[in-house]
Amino acid sequence: MAEDNEKQPTSSPDSDSAGGNETPSPDPAPQMDPGPKPAVPAGPEADARPVVPKPPPKKPAAPAKPKGPQQEPWSDALVDALKEKFPAQVLDSYRFLSQRQLVVKKDQITDIMAFLRRNEIEPFDFLSDETATHWPEDEEFELVFNLFSFETHGRLRVKTRIKEWESIESLVSVWPGADWLEREAYDMFGIQFANHPNLKRILLPEDWVGFPLRKDYDIRLQDVEWVRKHLGIDSGQKFYVGKAKHGDD
Amino acid sequence: MTTDEQTLFDSNEITLSMGPQHPSTHGVLQVKLKLDGERVLDAECVIGYLHRGVEKLGEHQTYGQFLPTLDRMDYIAAVSNCLGYCEAIERLLGIEAPPRAQYVRVLLTELNRISSHLLWLGTHALDIGAMTVFLYCFREREEVLKIFENYCGARLTTHIFRIGGLQYEIYDGFEEQVRTFVKDFPKKIDEYEQLLTENRIWIGRTRGVGVLTKEEAIDLGVTGPCLRASGLEWDIRKSNPYAAYSEFDFEIPVGEYGDTYDRYLCRIEEMRQSNRIVAQAVEKIPDGPIKAKVSKIIKPPVGDIYHSIEAPKGELGYYVVSDQTTLPYRVRVRPPSYVNLQALRQMVTGHMVADVVAVIGTLDIVLGEVDR
Repeated sequence: MAEDNEKQPTSSPDSDSAGGNETPSPDPAPQMDPGPKPAVPAGPEADARPVVPKPPPKKPAAPAKPKGPQQEPWSDALVDALKEKFPAQVLDSYRFLSQRQLVVKKDQITDIMAFLRRNEIEPFDFLSDETATHWPEDEEFELVFNLFSFETHGRLRVKTRIKEWESIESLVSVWPGADWLEREAYDMFGIQFANHPNLKRILLPEDWVGFPLRKDYDIRLQDVEWVRKHLGIDSGQKFYVGKAKHGDD
Repeated sequence: MTTDEQTLFDSNEITLSMGPQHPSTHGVLQVKLKLDGERVLDAECVIGYLHRGVEKLGEHQTYGQFLPTLDRMDYIAAVSNCLGYCEAIERLLGIEAPPRAQYVRVLLTELNRISSHLLWLGTHALDIGAMTVFLYCFREREEVLKIFENYCGARLTTHIFRIGGLQYEIYDGFEEQVRTFVKDFPKKIDEYEQLLTENRIWIGRTRGVGVLTKEEAIDLGVTGPCLRASGLEWDIRKSNPYAAYSEFDFEIPVGEYGDTYDRYLCRIEEMRQSNRIVAQAVEKIPDGPIKAKVSKIIKPPVGDIYHSIEAPKGELGYYVVSDQTTLPYRVRVRPPSYVNLQALRQMVTGHMVADVVAVIGTLDIVLGEVDR
């Protein structure tokens, strides 16, 4: 499908590694966009473009750091209470695009969540979402919990990182609704949730091999053995579990 | 000798597999039921038959290319899917759609909510045995789909918005068509209510069935009309307004008992409120551009965002992580149907087999979204 946008799964945040460098010339240098161009050369677009009056004031301002929303440190009574109750568990708290985020250690995650749910300062009584992101360079998964407070209508995003081989305590004891969300995270990433009542695959078949949302799982990869066994067909895929490489090179 | 007798007469437990090919599961949902006679002892959902890996696809398509894929999740409410994603990316980029686009977005999304609820009402009533309502609902749904078709050429998988605003200006006669619909629709809702609300069979089949208390609903993550019917007044359109919702006057219907009948009443009332919003919106669509300036190649800054909207089924959230390339690093969809379906087990345990059909209907799930 999207063969023309091959993405390196381990692409680093600096944007010139991506396959999007062919910035088309009709691009009218938008004002709000932080800029598709990483501002490497001093005057890149000086070639007879009448719209140059706008870029010059911007360009010198952001040569090292690409301009855009930054993380702003944030703290309030809740964070203080949390830090007091769980010393050394709270690693960071900041706002990004005015969304509050909290980075914690994984060791006491259920206690922290139970505290966030039942505290009196701002009870985040609703678990909107629980999911994960794979960061293969660090060999880590980042678990992301999106909480909501019915009282203040505020949202809070709690993040915690675990190593790929580590497990994390299940949140089912705090929110029974975490059940299926964690099963999906297990299904897609292979994250082990300790003390989960029923940790098994939910969307994929039980005997499927591989965890599709990991970054090292190619998009065209599939469990060929499973397809052959259960559907009785050869899938025709050139990609196999374990040796993902371009067959049509 | 006694063992045989025991299995035959003392123990009535049987396991029944309902679906995935079953007309009342609204798609490929399999429910494994453990029954004692006609009473449900336990239930387990088997899902994933329609899993297409939408989140994985999102990581391999550019931000704009991903939009048509999203229509295929909740294909009954494709407009809502589109709106949530567009707004999430707009927030990440730090841009905002112009007012005219915002109004048209609200208008079309509310029409979509009406069409989604109509499909729910029709099929739900059909499951329980009321054939007429189905035909009536599809008659009105057709009018809504015609508006979509005239606007963007598609009826279901509409790909209706773009990041930054709208792709198309509204067509000639759009306002007239919407006004006609809005004027007639309340009478049509009365018709449905005449058929069902006081109907003895309907009440018998829905009242007290699939009860979900407020606390249970919150614990299980249930959102949308199912949560509101349990008595919690929470609608993201009101609590965290997005698009232009803060400029409209509407109410949030809330139920009391959290049973199937309450959920029915809530959704009926939601249709009326949506109709109100559409009526207000069509009268004051502001002039101006329909799309903000967005660069052709979208590379949001490094960071992540969670944005959720009130889809017809509940909270539809998008969690997007950007690494400043043209492709998202991670797209997570928080699907309302998926999380709501989790409550099925609790809702059917202790009820009759026939109620399972009613409860699946009342949850208003779309398997395209459950499985993604």
